[in-house]
Amino acid sequence: MSRDEDPAAAGAADPWRRLAALTPARIALGRAGSGLPTREVLRFGLAHAQARDAVHAPLDADDVRAGIAALGFETLAAASAAPDRATYLRRPDLGRRLDAACAAALAAAARDPVDLALVVADGLSARAVHEGAVPLLRALKPALAGSGWHLAPVVVATQGRVALGDAVGALLKARAVAVLIGERPGLSSPDSLGIYLTFDPRPGRTDAERNCLSNVRAAGLKPELAAFKLHWLIDQALTRRLTGVGLKDESDRLLAGAGATSLIEGLHPTPSPSAGEGTPLPDEAEPS
Amino acid sequence: MSYRHVVGPRTFVFADLADLMAKASPPRSGDRLAGLAAESAEECVAARWCLAEVPLPEILARPLIPYEADDVTRLILDLHDDAAFRPIAHLTVGDFREFLLAASSETLARIAPGVTPEIAAAVSKIMRNQDLILVARKARVVTRLRNTIGLPGTLAVRLQPNHPSDDPAGITASILDGLSYGCGDACIGINPASDSVQGLTGLLHLLAELIDRFAIPTQGCVLTHVTTTLEAMNRGVPVDLVFQSIAGTQAANASFGVTLPLLKEAHEAALALKRGTVGDNVMYFETGQGSALSADAHHGIDQQTLEARAYAVARAFRPLLVNTVVGFIGPEYLYDGKEIIRAGLEDHFCGKLMGVPLGVDVCYTNHAEADQDDMDTLLTLLGAAGVTYVMGVPGADDVMLNYQSTSFHDQLYLREVMGLRRAPEFSDWLARMGLTDAAGALLPGGGAPLLAGLAA
Repeated sequence: MSRDEDPAAAGAADPWRRLAALTPARIALGRAGSGLPTREVLRFGLAHAQARDAVHAPLDADDVRAGIAALGFETLAAASAAPDRATYLRRPDLGRRLDAACAAALAAAARDPVDLALVVADGLSARAVHEGAVPLLRALKPALAGSGWHLAPVVVATQGRVALGDAVGALLKARAVAVLIGERPGLSSPDSLGIYLTFDPRPGRTDAERNCLSNVRAAGLKPELAAFKLHWLIDQALTRRLTGVGLKDESDRLLAGAGATSLIEGLHPTPSPSAGEGTPLPDEAEPS
Repeated sequence: MSYRHVVGPRTFVFADLADLMAKASPPRSGDRLAGLAAESAEECVAARWCLAEVPLPEILARPLIPYEADDVTRLILDLHDDAAFRPIAHLTVGDFREFLLAASSETLARIAPGVTPEIAAAVSKIMRNQDLILVARKARVVTRLRNTIGLPGTLAVRLQPNHPSDDPAGITASILDGLSYGCGDACIGINPASDSVQGLTGLLHLLAELIDRFAIPTQGCVLTHVTTTLEAMNRGVPVDLVFQSIAGTQAANASFGVTLPLLKEAHEAALALKRGTVGDNVMYFETGQGSALSADAHHGIDQQTLEARAYAVARAFRPLLVNTVVGFIGPEYLYDGKEIIRAGLEDHFCGKLMGVPLGVDVCYTNHAEADQDDMDTLLTLLGAAGVTYVMGVPGADDVMLNYQSTSFHDQLYLREVMGLRRAPEFSDWLARMGLTDAAGALLPGGGAPLLAGLAA
């Protein structure tokens, strides 16, 4: 029963195994002297490598645009004023501004005012965008089609932060902008997508003026449910003409009324006390 | 008044003391982001030459933020101890470095109330890492509530059993695991996912019951906003330690929803509960370089100097624990392992020099250029520097805050390499429980006595 000498052989009868099942935290790891067993060192190393790769992997914007176009959306490309990843990480201000040429191109592409602009940006995890953007938009498409909203082309942006959507939304004359962006990766959640909705987007908006859906990924808030919530939020934002602290996500009530309570409880992300731009989300992954 | 320094054919001019101190700072991304950093390596060293020649009384006489404009400045100057300052009043910053290298522990303790944050920050900027370690190691700060923290040859650990949804069973599982590794003498401190008074109340009762059941000589803490903790105290909930994040300017504290009178009110409320057994240090503060810039409240002052000013706020409330969360805020403030290591040593040095019981959350995020090897390096250096406490997070992976800190295993490593003991009362308790031998080494059995105690 001792974790010290033979952790791998402890088996299901070990009460520490039962305790470990109560939390995703890395408890009951065993030890080798004062150190970790080799297995745990390597397991941690793998998780960190995946999170690091998620931060530094470049966005394959062409592939993402092709995937989105295949769903029937028009797309446009854009880049922030941060020229590379190293600059992006040091200068959050540049990631919030459009590259000058891109801004001119978007201004030229703008047509009549629209209800909604959608921006897909790499943020801190291109992997989250590669894996999550198309499933989310696929799930959202029927609701968008049914709403009758006028849409701007979907803008796929590189080296972007959340507030880049303010500049894009303003140039495309959108009443609201939804930014789908890779979140700061946790050790066990390198693929988490965040969605930030802002009514009346323009540069200078603060995070308190946005609504956020976080931890959108296969093991977190699933794309179908995220799309449902996003559609609800967009509808409320356009009707009530606001986003942010004045608009609470009450879409759960609608779902609960439809008998989907258990679905919600199983999928809803835990609110983070530090929720905001680029902030991490609680890790809801199974202890792996 | 501007400062100038001549290097060969070049004359470097610095607009004022704040500019001089910013340019003298070892490079870091946050000062570059704020537009305050030296523009060349040569300018940085010229600033250090120039700073080394500034007399300490001149720093006292030129507040970086005006007295009228900032209550942290007022606190620093109003509480300044002239008698403690007298032995160093004739020194320049450069002389002060040499004075510190040669000073005894007793001398350092005597001058601490005379050291302002700006003086501590200024001298740190011309010190190498080994200077920061050597002086901090001599500057001991001892605090007490239910045990004695900070004695020479000891290292305490905050057991940090966070859970993404505050599940009591999950938190308890992490606490038991941590106790079985001999963690928890600094405190058992939970970062809650929820900020509600109800949630706080449940967690505080959970901690109080666990501490009571096993008669652990330690203190519990739920790291929530001070107003929430005040409300809990008003409702009669057992609060050992009042927590609050603080910063080095009035405006940055305001962005945290904190004022000095509010901290005073909470301090007095916690003292009135008289929950200590061996002392009455009842406050716990966290800080971190970059928080003022991030709140747009930095007044053109470099982030390390502002961090030291936060310790002046802490010092006024006789805290049990203060720690910098050094790598948490992200690479826009501290870019890589080198910057995080330097900042951790500076923060620890400045705190100790000012008489504050400084611990360090040795940590990083996944978008910083840092890894476990960097954390091993900083942890080892801090062990050599006599750090008051570090964090104990299961497997170094905080599953609520999504960052990497130090683990239960890491503190075992540091104890073994440095020969560091736990707080004496806590150490005796571990031996009584049959978790360690008399020398403090973990006994085989993997915490079985705790499980037996829980079942009883």
